[in-house]
Amino acid sequence: MQINKILKLKISTLIFALLFVINSTFAQDHANSENSGKPKKFDAGETITEHIIDAHEWHIVTLGNKVVALPLPIIIYNPNSGLDFFMSSKFDEEAVYNNYKLIDGKIKVVAEDGKTIDEAKSSSIIDFSITKNVLAIFVSVAIMLFIFISVANTYKKAPGATPKGLQSFIEPIIIFVRDDVAKASIGKKYERFMPYLLTVFFFIWINNLLGLIPILPGGANVTGNIAVTLTLAVLTFIIILFSGNKHYWRHILAMPGVPAWVLFLLTPIEILGVFLRPFVLMIRLFANISAGHIIALSFFSLIFIFGEMSTGLGFGVSIVSVAFTVFMMFLELLVAFLQAYVFTLLSAIYFGAAVEDGHHEHEEEHAGQVAHH
Amino acid sequence: MLSTVLLQAAGNLGLGYGVAALGAGLAALGAGVGIGRIGGSALEGIARQPEAAGDIRANMILTAALVEGAAFFAMVVGLLVVFKS
Repeated sequence: MQINKILKLKISTLIFALLFVINSTFAQDHANSENSGKPKKFDAGETITEHIIDAHEWHIVTLGNKVVALPLPIIIYNPNSGLDFFMSSKFDEEAVYNNYKLIDGKIKVVAEDGKTIDEAKSSSIIDFSITKNVLAIFVSVAIMLFIFISVANTYKKAPGATPKGLQSFIEPIIIFVRDDVAKASIGKKYERFMPYLLTVFFFIWINNLLGLIPILPGGANVTGNIAVTLTLAVLTFIIILFSGNKHYWRHILAMPGVPAWVLFLLTPIEILGVFLRPFVLMIRLFANISAGHIIALSFFSLIFIFGEMSTGLGFGVSIVSVAFTVFMMFLELLVAFLQAYVFTLLSAIYFGAAVEDGHHEHEEEHAGQVAHH
Repeated sequence: MLSTVLLQAAGNLGLGYGVAALGAGLAALGAGVGIGRIGGSALEGIARQPEAAGDIRANMILTAALVEGAAFFAMVVGLLVVFKS
């Protein structure tokens, strides 16, 4: 059991695995230096994980040993004592507050002796905290509200006038989503899906762009968080389920014009496909955005890995690293748009398949031909 | 006794990582070939018929996203191996 627990790996170890080669070469004596008084060796895997996962505080900069971070509110529902509300700065320097302790980004309950962790109680608490990602979503929502309310007001004030200011930036993008995404893939009934498609497009795009900004209002990895992409994919899934017409479900459950024995094979595959589509939507966005962050951070990690070997080498590598990161950032600007576009386009295509009118006569004719031959 | 168990576990761990990395590499290879072919054919199509560039580009991105999806299935399997080992 003990060994099983040790082997239970978390996301952080996965990232570690991605950088396994770098780490095993340069951080062999990491374990030794941790116990002695020497400063800790640079660990690329740990640094990257810290940057891409959600956290209870918003880390800004570490100056020497001093950590500058924005404390965030922690809200915990404890079945024994009810709601608890305090700031995450209470956990600074590994302090125990109110019998809670922050261990590897998770809030744990400390047992009565004040040292050990009570695992049973820790798993019974529910954590509603405003974490870094939640705050980042609030920021992006505020930005979106500002953009769209102000743009909508300009339309109301001067209907039909030439677009100006922010309006002339947003209008082509909305028209692009309407004409090239919604109309092209849904057809006549595109209008009822427009609010969702536009919302999801701008939410993903703005969060992708905010994720590229390294300092405070940005820097959170919102669209690279699997819980966020899961929510978006589930929304698309629910809309497909509720807008699917008879024709759509008939094609999934019993494809017309297919011999009965093939249906035994085809129907399970089609039903699996219904669930796979949103699943791949979730994974695609998560993996693309996380990979972008990991690559940029890996280039920066190279500076410190070489800097530990010799200072001159670190400065030398930093020129190459920064150049590569700038290049990657330009690529990420494209990816930020492309992933928002792909998510919206695929959602639209699935909606289009769900609301498509049947061509029953044509199909029956086709089925008759198949039976003839 | 404990040390042998730990050694065995460490061996399994290493193997798991290795196999997962191999799987991820093969998936990336397949997706790379797939996306390369899509891009190549799209460019040929655009060169033959430059007026259809918009449509071809949209379909190219869509198909590339679908190929990427297949690679992500392989990635998920690789992740499961990492989590299991």
